[in-house]
Amino acid sequence: MARVYFPGIEMYLGVLASCVADTMIGVLGLEDGTRVEGTGFGAPGVVSGELVFTTIMSGYEEALTDPSYNGQMLMFTYPLQGNYGVSGDDFQSDRIWPKAMVCREYWELPTHHRSVKTLNQFLKEEGKPGLCGVDTRMLTLKVRTEGVMRATIAVGARDEISGLDVVEMARSQPDISAQDLLGDVTCKNHYHIDGRGKRIAMIDLGIKRHILKSLSARGFDIDVFPAHSSISEIEAAKPDALFLSNGPGDPERADKAISAVKHFAGEVPIFGICLGHQVISLALGAQTFKLKFGHHGGNQPVKDLEKKIVYITSQNHNFAVVPGSVEDTDLKITQINANDGTVEGIMSDRLNILAVQYHPEAHPGPLCTLDPFFGSVERVMEGKNPNPGRR
Amino acid sequence: MPKRNDIHKVLLIGSGPIQIGQAAEFDFSGSQACKSLREEGIEVVLVNSNPATIMTDPDTADKVYIEPLVPEIVAKIIEKERPDGIIAGIGGQTGLNITSELAEMGILEKYNVEVLGTSVKSIREAEDRDLFKKAMQRVGEPVPKSKAVNTLDEALQVMVELGLPLVVRPAYTLGGSGGGIAKTREDLLRICEMGLKRSRIGQVLLEESLGGWIELEYEVMRDSNNTCITICNMENMDPMGIHTGESIVVTPIQTLSDKEIQMLRSAAINIIRALEIEGGCNIQFAVKNGEYRVIEVNPRVSRSSALASKATGYPIARVTAKIAIGMTLDEIRNDVTKETPASFEPTVDYVVTKIPRWPFDKFVKADNTLTTAMKSTGEVMAIGRSYEESLMKAVRSLDIDKDFGYSGKYTVWTDEEIKNLLLNPTDERLFAIYQALKRGVSPEDISAMTGIEPYFLYRIQNIVSMEAEIRKDLNPETLRKAKRTGFTDGQIAAFVGKSREEITDMRLALGIIPTYKMVDTCAAEFEAKTPYYYSSYDTECELVPSDRMKVLILGSGPIRIGQGIEFDYCTVHAVMALREQGIEAHIINNNPETVSTDYDTSDKLFFEPVTLEDVMNIIEKELPYGLMLQFGGQTAINLAMPLEKEIARRGLKTKILGTTPDSIDLAEDRERFNALMNQLNIPQPNAGIAYSPVEAKVVAARIGYPVLVRPSYVLGGRAMEIVYDESGLEVYMREAVRVSREHPVLIDDFLQNAVEIDVDAVCDGTDVLIGAIMEHIEEAGIHSGDSACMIPPQTLPGVVLEVVRDYVRKIALGLKVVGIVNLQMAYKDGTVYVLEANPRSSRTIPFVSKAVGLPLAKIAANVMIDKSLREQGYLQEPKTPYVSVKEVLLPFDKLPGADVLLGPEMRSTGEVMGIDYKLGLAFFKAELSADNPLPLEGLVFISVKDDDKATVAVAARKLVDAGLKIIATDNTAEYLKKSGISVERVNKIFNGSPHVLDYIKRGEVKLIINTPTTKQSVKDGFQIRRNAVDYHVPYITTIQAAQAAADAIVMAKKDQITIKALDEYHKEVYYN
Repeated sequence: MARVYFPGIEMYLGVLASCVADTMIGVLGLEDGTRVEGTGFGAPGVVSGELVFTTIMSGYEEALTDPSYNGQMLMFTYPLQGNYGVSGDDFQSDRIWPKAMVCREYWELPTHHRSVKTLNQFLKEEGKPGLCGVDTRMLTLKVRTEGVMRATIAVGARDEISGLDVVEMARSQPDISAQDLLGDVTCKNHYHIDGRGKRIAMIDLGIKRHILKSLSARGFDIDVFPAHSSISEIEAAKPDALFLSNGPGDPERADKAISAVKHFAGEVPIFGICLGHQVISLALGAQTFKLKFGHHGGNQPVKDLEKKIVYITSQNHNFAVVPGSVEDTDLKITQINANDGTVEGIMSDRLNILAVQYHPEAHPGPLCTLDPFFGSVERVMEGKNPNPGRR
Repeated sequence: MPKRNDIHKVLLIGSGPIQIGQAAEFDFSGSQACKSLREEGIEVVLVNSNPATIMTDPDTADKVYIEPLVPEIVAKIIEKERPDGIIAGIGGQTGLNITSELAEMGILEKYNVEVLGTSVKSIREAEDRDLFKKAMQRVGEPVPKSKAVNTLDEALQVMVELGLPLVVRPAYTLGGSGGGIAKTREDLLRICEMGLKRSRIGQVLLEESLGGWIELEYEVMRDSNNTCITICNMENMDPMGIHTGESIVVTPIQTLSDKEIQMLRSAAINIIRALEIEGGCNIQFAVKNGEYRVIEVNPRVSRSSALASKATGYPIARVTAKIAIGMTLDEIRNDVTKETPASFEPTVDYVVTKIPRWPFDKFVKADNTLTTAMKSTGEVMAIGRSYEESLMKAVRSLDIDKDFGYSGKYTVWTDEEIKNLLLNPTDERLFAIYQALKRGVSPEDISAMTGIEPYFLYRIQNIVSMEAEIRKDLNPETLRKAKRTGFTDGQIAAFVGKSREEITDMRLALGIIPTYKMVDTCAAEFEAKTPYYYSSYDTECELVPSDRMKVLILGSGPIRIGQGIEFDYCTVHAVMALREQGIEAHIINNNPETVSTDYDTSDKLFFEPVTLEDVMNIIEKELPYGLMLQFGGQTAINLAMPLEKEIARRGLKTKILGTTPDSIDLAEDRERFNALMNQLNIPQPNAGIAYSPVEAKVVAARIGYPVLVRPSYVLGGRAMEIVYDESGLEVYMREAVRVSREHPVLIDDFLQNAVEIDVDAVCDGTDVLIGAIMEHIEEAGIHSGDSACMIPPQTLPGVVLEVVRDYVRKIALGLKVVGIVNLQMAYKDGTVYVLEANPRSSRTIPFVSKAVGLPLAKIAANVMIDKSLREQGYLQEPKTPYVSVKEVLLPFDKLPGADVLLGPEMRSTGEVMGIDYKLGLAFFKAELSADNPLPLEGLVFISVKDDDKATVAVAARKLVDAGLKIIATDNTAEYLKKSGISVERVNKIFNGSPHVLDYIKRGEVKLIINTPTTKQSVKDGFQIRRNAVDYHVPYITTIQAAQAAADAIVMAKKDQITIKALDEYHKEVYYN
């Protein structure tokens, strides 16, 4: 009876047991030799990628559909996932991007009014493995001390999985910088989002839906271009501004976008978010580097150097701009991370450039920078001072 | 903006005595704020009437005033100290109210004192219902439809507009007291009448009922630069309609998606900006299907902010204090990581559950329905890696001898009883839910009956399923799962019919031991320098035991009647003593409101239930040199024997420091203690033990009525009663206890009209240091915890005090006490009797320490680590030229239905202290602090039992001479008249209007003196006392207090009270 009445309980107990015969097991191998076993959920399969952790406590639906996680495996430090199910309303793209999901415990009985399916169903439909029942804090500490690591996760029946050497598999995969992650996430063809306002050419490096929604809400007319679009293709749209989206991986690999920024700099205003921010920096002569374990979460403090205010931001990046490298460029640093001093915002008055490392569009995460950032975009487009508060 | 350089001296207002709705959280926040300000070089002047606080320690602030928290007195302190600024938002509602009143009186302006942090205007805007609503509308935040009213007629009009049910919320009261939900017109009139009376500004708010909506809270901070952060969000498991202080609360929010969580976060920031709050604030929301309403804003640190601080590791009060002196969040360091700034949002990787601790075990007759007003006295917090684990740890922390597997009362509930318990929220609802699920009621049905989100019920269902699984087959795998779910060895043993030891051994053999994880504010993203720990059955343990000498101190758990903040005070002092000696001090405790659970109080903090299993787990991991049990109240003392046994059983070396468990038993076991007293030739009241009702009658007859009866197996005076005759004894034996061979009843001679004496002393096995002898104002028979008392004794002759001192030394040495001992004695007709000896820190330790300037708990802790009294230089009893009076605060105004009489059962929640050079003035101050202000003019109503008439006549004459007027009913009026005292006679209630209640309701009576008669007119007395409480009229129910009050009034009219800081008083302490 209990099984029919409370399907989740069986699942939950399965999670705790980690070896109940009729549930899948999951194993995780890290390149440092760590191997842990837990319970599998979602779809069976064997996948490899970089293991990153996010400290945001809610928003798995948005995070899982964020293309910036392409090539990575997403581990949530908050132990309970799936509590409110999946609504479909909050997707940031039309599919799940991380190769797998890791959490301590996953919940099968959501009662949220918008929920249309469980997290388990969602992962299953998308063919993504999930691993739970493992000590995620232990894994987080490993990533914190040793840096982002290559990992392999295998989920399936015990007899199929337990013999796999997931550690060796983790070690044998290529480094993330060597992978073409952009090709997967960018749109295949140019498309148009109608608006009555000025025209923005958006280079889609793996864009989150909420960036487009936030621009549309302000009336912009948007042309979205694939990452590999040529300058002439973009020019044909006669944009009033160029916008570079977020996306996965090493910014050095976004060579077409870098060229586009070089070309349009000084001609039209240029904006960027996350990977877009790094691409703009590279194009103007600054350098980027890979952080030890990146910033992934909804609690990153960003200090505006002029207004002195600190914003709490949503972040998801492993690469960042080298602060010293900005000095000799046309750019100046406008915002920094209050925790570690990394570059969070750049601008150029002369070239009408404005870019941020964090995600002002949020989803998931705090909405503090939504209006300040997109408001500034609007003001720059109108030829006004982007930051009316400053002297 | 860096620290302002025009602020050098700051006045901090504490929150006064512990009471329902305002507990230890303000000692925690106040102490943190003091530390935070002094770190920045600011001189701190502190005023608080509650001696049982760390904040009133001479070391915490630069100047400490233990004075009544009333504007007139605070004004005098301001005049004397001339602070540059005042911080309002640290001392709870009391602090806000006094600051507002000082501003209104023009005192702040007169002495040029700036309100730092949140301004008076902001406070007003957040607290005045109408202004708040306007402010919310201005920034587009939805509030419940509502209207503020000042009269009953207006209330009825609003009822027509908004319909019923309506929520009644009085403006400016603590813990929503005086409010409620009105379902009928009669309800509405009754609740509004009370609420209007209670509100400081005579205003209540009537609002649409959001019954069944989810209640959520956000803790938000803002600095002068407009940077805003949310510290954490919390979800109340109980729906709207139950005060958040009465709800089971979980952090973080469990059932909402990121979209709603961010929507509310944005609203919270919008609100804190609109109100221009600087520092911490608490915002409450109601949510249903994506729609929300803003319910309330507390523009200050609060119980919730204490919980949020402990749940996340983020020190809200510390940061609030720094913001108040001009610093911004990015300039303040996160003290847990020491690397990152305070301008970030904590994130957690665990689940936190808070459960309130209610006093209904002490107030059997009080209505235990949970409503929009607070009734709980304290709370527990537990941390786990799953909801189930965290909930079960929280239940265990409550220290109520009950848990989910409990096989007592709850299993015999009928289905009908369970249904009622589900429909009507009480303290027992959680257990009723468990039983209902166990009996097959679906979570959906329970949700419909309780309004609790099904999510939480499914989670509890998991625990039910786990119990079933354990019962079915306990194998290694189920044991592992059971531990992960949160079951204790003891519970598992009970399910499978084995002994607790067997299960523990099986578990240890399988290597199933808890891991300790850190609370580090950041979910492991940064290294933590001062984290604290919680246990969980996971794989990696982050606890690194040091090889230093270390001692584990057991805390006292949630604040409850009989075990209050005093024990936390002692725990913190023990830590200080150890740290000063270079010994690593560890604490295990689960009360989120306290200083002992602050991140930097101890070297290691374990946020855990205080039970045998949880303590043993830490001992196994840390292998401490010793345990200190004397400071954690009865909770810790009760573990002495079991811990000693278990430590020996497992072959561990950890010692129980100080008085041995055997000596503790010697003091607590009646027969052993009596034998010792006989041996020492120390008199005790006549006593006997009865194992059946018949035997009880025989014993009582031998001793002679009245007798004091109590069951042998309950502690803290529970179910203790004075019976005056055999029929009274019959009723007691039938209704109050179940007497049996295992559970006999103790019967003592009740020493009528004896003077009760309390002594706190420290003994090292050789010498005895008497801290102070306290003389009670109320006669013996009133629980010592409820009695006002004075240092030094005022009526006892010197020879009697010598006898007392002699007995104290004999008993302390006879019991082989090493550490603290508290003795209760009674003096009658030339004889000193010993009533009981408690070989642990008592609730009077902080009062005594503040009165005589000796840190008794510290001295005791040092004795326990083998530093003798001689070595420490404390051998002589200190004497004071001033008088210190302790008075208690009674919770009757928060507990409708409860009788307000004092008796052998403890009722008070907290205490205050009054110091001055004359007893009358000290008593006057104490009463003022205890919110029982003695009037200097107006009507005094007197009605006393025959025995007291002669004494009351003396008091009445003093009052009349001092210009007060007396009213009295029949007999008392007659008697007073005969004694030549001018008195106005008024009707008793049954004589019809206008009777005494009319005078009370009209607010004409300024003081009520009513001593209860044993039999007749009990009902009248009850109504008078109840009305006194409900209409907030000061009242006195013992003749001794009446005498003291009359003297106090006379003296207060004649003399100036003294305003002096504690250190100035302490300089006058002498030894001879």
